[in-house]
Amino acid sequence: MSWDWQFFLRDIGDGETTYFDWMISAWGWTLSVSACAWVVALVFGAVVGTLRTAPKPWVANLANVWVELFRNIPLLVQIFLWYFVVPALIPPLQKVPSFVMVVLALGFFTSARIAEQVRAGIQSLSRGQRYAGLALGLSLPQTYRFVLLPMAFRIVLPPLTSEAMNIIKNSSVAFAVSISELTMFAMQAQEETSRGIEVYLAVTSLYIATTLVVNRVLAFIESRVRVPGYVGGGR
Amino acid sequence: MWVGVGDARVLPFVPASPRRGTRAPERSDGDQFIFHLRVMTDLDLSFFTWELVSGYLIKGFVYSVQLTLVAMVGGIFFGTLLALMRLSSHKWLQWPSALYVNTMRSVPLVMVILWFFLLIPFLTGKPLGAEWSAVITFTAFEAAYYSEIMRAGIQSVARGQVYAGYALGLNYGQTMRLIVLPQAFRNMLPVLLTQTIILFQDTSLVYAIGAYDLLRGFTTAGRNFNRPVESFLLATLVYFVICFSLSLLVKRLQKRIAIVR
Repeated sequence: MSWDWQFFLRDIGDGETTYFDWMISAWGWTLSVSACAWVVALVFGAVVGTLRTAPKPWVANLANVWVELFRNIPLLVQIFLWYFVVPALIPPLQKVPSFVMVVLALGFFTSARIAEQVRAGIQSLSRGQRYAGLALGLSLPQTYRFVLLPMAFRIVLPPLTSEAMNIIKNSSVAFAVSISELTMFAMQAQEETSRGIEVYLAVTSLYIATTLVVNRVLAFIESRVRVPGYVGGGR
Repeated sequence: MWVGVGDARVLPFVPASPRRGTRAPERSDGDQFIFHLRVMTDLDLSFFTWELVSGYLIKGFVYSVQLTLVAMVGGIFFGTLLALMRLSSHKWLQWPSALYVNTMRSVPLVMVILWFFLLIPFLTGKPLGAEWSAVITFTAFEAAYYSEIMRAGIQSVARGQVYAGYALGLNYGQTMRLIVLPQAFRNMLPVLLTQTIILFQDTSLVYAIGAYDLLRGFTTAGRNFNRPVESFLLATLVYFVICFSLSLLVKRLQKRIAIVR
């Protein structure tokens, strides 16, 4: 078996785009799907996770339903659901680009996991903090805003790091609905060039490099905001 | 240079539906599929019959369950070995295990599935088929995840237990087998089972290499009956019911076996 990396510089048939260009653009799609989904996941995860600790049972239950719903359906099925089923049932959504649908699917899927961690973070705070806030005359939303959430978010940063890496890995599932991201590129370039090993090596390295960078960046943020006296904190 | 979603060329893997005749290879299966979906708004559930279950779903369901069970047993076995290597005092045992686990954990599962599907024919000399390839892939992949769980489990057993074992004259193997691992398994049982539920969900990703699992049963049925929307809805429901009831069981088990400390 011999290496052949030169095909990366051959064009894909349209006369101007090379396989390398295609791969870089696929990487761009992977990054943008992940980044957008990460924003969706953080927003919904934070809100749902907070609501799960709400004193009103029906609010907490509603938030629990959200989490169980998105956690117990495979990601691939959820992506199909958003891509094929939702637009068929709600016709106005048929004009929305598939990119948005995939971002929503991946974002909501991850939001359930983030909600779980945010809830755990809030509940790990001693109940005295909540009482102290209320005793100072803060309303419940103020207690959350100024007392509980700032602490909780700093505590849940380490698990959020691994979720950020997961979302990049999970974005690969978007291949199934023809988003031309890295995995899609890998499959098609493999098919067209028959240089599977070289293509997969390149794509795998890009995935590893991306997750590594995300990991390092978040580890840095984590070291800046960690709470002394809590797990991994102090000094 | 930004290749847009619109001009993405569609998967070459999607098997042709038996009802449709031959088609040009470049013609995307997906486009027709979407077209059917976009024109339909009312649901027709009349194809939910025994024929659907016996003709399409059972085969896929049995395969998904088999894949999950084999990967769970194999994954826990090799995962425990990896964890023991990782925790050994020999550097030359530690780093191969760490390298394997970290590599597996930083690559998307779909890519791992593709890698094995590509490499196994090279190694064995003959193609193994998507189904067997998936079994090997999931065992190898899950071993990395189970090994992290087992490592935490072994570390959760108090050091004193190990010393007690040595003090009784047991050697390393006996201490591990008779004292540490049983407690580690018990402590980690809920986490191991939760990971298995995730594994069951992940088996749907064999879609990438065209193995016939539960999800493939639903998509095939959806095409042949020309009712993809309903078929996906049913798939969602089935996966949800299975995973949700399993997770409830795990929660109950967790309460029953929790060790009071």
